[in-house]
Amino acid sequence: MNPLRTLCSTAAPVLQNAIDTDVIFPARFLLLMDRDGLGKHAFADWRGTDFPLDTAPWKGSEILVVGENFGTGSSREQAVWCLADLGIRCVIGRSFGEIFFSNCFKSGVLPIRLAEGEITQVEAVAQAGKKIEIDVATQEIRLPDGVTLSFDLDAHRKRMLLEGLDDIGLVLEDHAAEITQFEKNRPNWLNLTRDRFDALTGR
Amino acid sequence: MSGKTLYDKIWDSHVVHDFGEGEALVYVDRHLVHEVSTPQSFAYLDSTGLPLRRPELQLAVADHAVPTKDRDKTIKSELARNQVARLKENVAKHNVPYLALEGNGHGIVHVIGPETGFTLPGSVLVCGDSHTSTHGAFGCLAFGIGASECGAVFATQALRQTKQNTMRVTLTGGLPEGVTVKDVILALIAQIGTGGGVGYAIEFAGDTTRALSMEARMTLCNMAIEAGSRVGMVAPDETTFAYLEGRPLAPTGADWDAALSHWKNLPSDDDAIFDKEVTFDTSILEPQVSWGTTPEQTGSVTGSVPDPDAMTEPGRAERARKSLAYMGLTAGQKFADISVDRVFIGSCTNGRLEDLRSAASVLQGHRVADAVTAIAVPGSAAVRAAAEAEGLHEVFLSAGFEWREAGCSMCVGMNGDSLEPGERCASTSNRNFEGRQGIGGRTHLVSPQMAAAAAVTGRLTDVRELLK
Repeated sequence: MNPLRTLCSTAAPVLQNAIDTDVIFPARFLLLMDRDGLGKHAFADWRGTDFPLDTAPWKGSEILVVGENFGTGSSREQAVWCLADLGIRCVIGRSFGEIFFSNCFKSGVLPIRLAEGEITQVEAVAQAGKKIEIDVATQEIRLPDGVTLSFDLDAHRKRMLLEGLDDIGLVLEDHAAEITQFEKNRPNWLNLTRDRFDALTGR
Repeated sequence: MSGKTLYDKIWDSHVVHDFGEGEALVYVDRHLVHEVSTPQSFAYLDSTGLPLRRPELQLAVADHAVPTKDRDKTIKSELARNQVARLKENVAKHNVPYLALEGNGHGIVHVIGPETGFTLPGSVLVCGDSHTSTHGAFGCLAFGIGASECGAVFATQALRQTKQNTMRVTLTGGLPEGVTVKDVILALIAQIGTGGGVGYAIEFAGDTTRALSMEARMTLCNMAIEAGSRVGMVAPDETTFAYLEGRPLAPTGADWDAALSHWKNLPSDDDAIFDKEVTFDTSILEPQVSWGTTPEQTGSVTGSVPDPDAMTEPGRAERARKSLAYMGLTAGQKFADISVDRVFIGSCTNGRLEDLRSAASVLQGHRVADAVTAIAVPGSAAVRAAAEAEGLHEVFLSAGFEWREAGCSMCVGMNGDSLEPGERCASTSNRNFEGRQGIGGRTHLVSPQMAAAAAVTGRLTDVRELLK
């Protein structure tokens, strides 16, 4: 995963509230089994000359500015992969669907929640087509008029972004022995064996 | 010190490593695997060479992409055919238990999990599907995850998670005639909003909840995600235990006894403190119908399409305008005057035996309106067989419904069952998002009874008129 340290880009405004995962990545494209090259299907039914991501000065923006509850709905990680494939590395909004929010970090995309008074300033800059700077290390958003906004980011996720780390690799490196130990103490009623399943399917 | 909630108890008993500040590595007891969310997760194993740690704690089935008719023929869509084939290859390669499309164990992940006893109280269960919240009906901690997290479960059987806040939703007063748990959850979402549960694990409580069957509790928890919460739970009780006892994958003998004594201690302690409390009177509800493109855009069937201009919050008003434009509706239009082209009864929300019975009770002695095409899609092969054993298929067929094989079907427009642009559907599914049932399709979320009523009259209809 590519590390994410700083960004300086125009920010495409897609501000409608409750944009769901079916709008971001329509279900019919879930039949594709790739995780790369999905950008062409992002917002598939909304794309066109009047859609910000297809229009100057936002075509190629690395930042997306959204409304409330962006990414609500399904768990499909394609909703993040398709944005990442378009080059988007940061999504700033009022609130996010919870699974979408957590999926973002798996692809090195930074979701930022801002409060009402702050987000309106970001929206104005985005709509004016001006550039925004993001600094992950200092957790700051710098607007062209000199205003600096800070954002929340938990320490682990920050490290993952800055270093471009793989979550799973880290767990195996640091906690494999603890997992094995935990399994030894698990109550037996939680275990399943292959023969129970075979009995179920009549094999 | 105050007591623990159901959520706390399950969380605490699954912490493998505590990172502090509510972050922990949590052990996963059960992983449901389906064809759509896992090709990339299996590919992760292949590219890293990591083994799948505990194959026997996974259960795989193809449900989203599969057709619900002509199942004896090869799947028409090449993409869908390849995806199902890929799942079969992956589960064979990694020795994951797989319920074949042709077999009598097939069904929607969220129907077969409970049905087989794979889903257990007190466990942590995940699946690459947001409606995994369904399983919380059993008093387990169940939530949807993305494909990367599915890969993490394959490789480590654990997930790094942040502990959620807790919200207790106390449902009181019981259900009036013609009102089902689907109406309860739709009305609740209309009240608290699709963002109302974000960050919270919801526990449903109260006398209305206690009186619900397991199937109804599953419908309730299934749609917790539409209120923004990944987790919806109901504390296990005698109803839960009676449902599970004797299921093929449920514990037996001494294991059952040990499980039972553990499960009886799971309900939230009397002095447990929830971060948020909501009380919701279900005795005054009417049957619900969604009118927009987000589940919170829902009202009582006796009402009419709301006027965005009368909404005080600008974001809400703007969203409503967009929804009405997409839905082809105008403010003030009476719900009962909206005609439908299609009716869909099924899905992980409402594709269980009780749902089919409830719809059939309305259809009995009626015919589907001429202009309407209606399908009934059981949630699993076992549901289908049980429904046929009591003759429900004959009620559907003689009313003019198609009686299909199990699958996600028209809940998600990716398996051949979908709406044409502009078509309007009364649907027992969970999402009325733009394009969810097909490009340009218009979805009205309703209960199975309400869907049956709409099929009969050809318009959105207060089912209580037909029940008189």
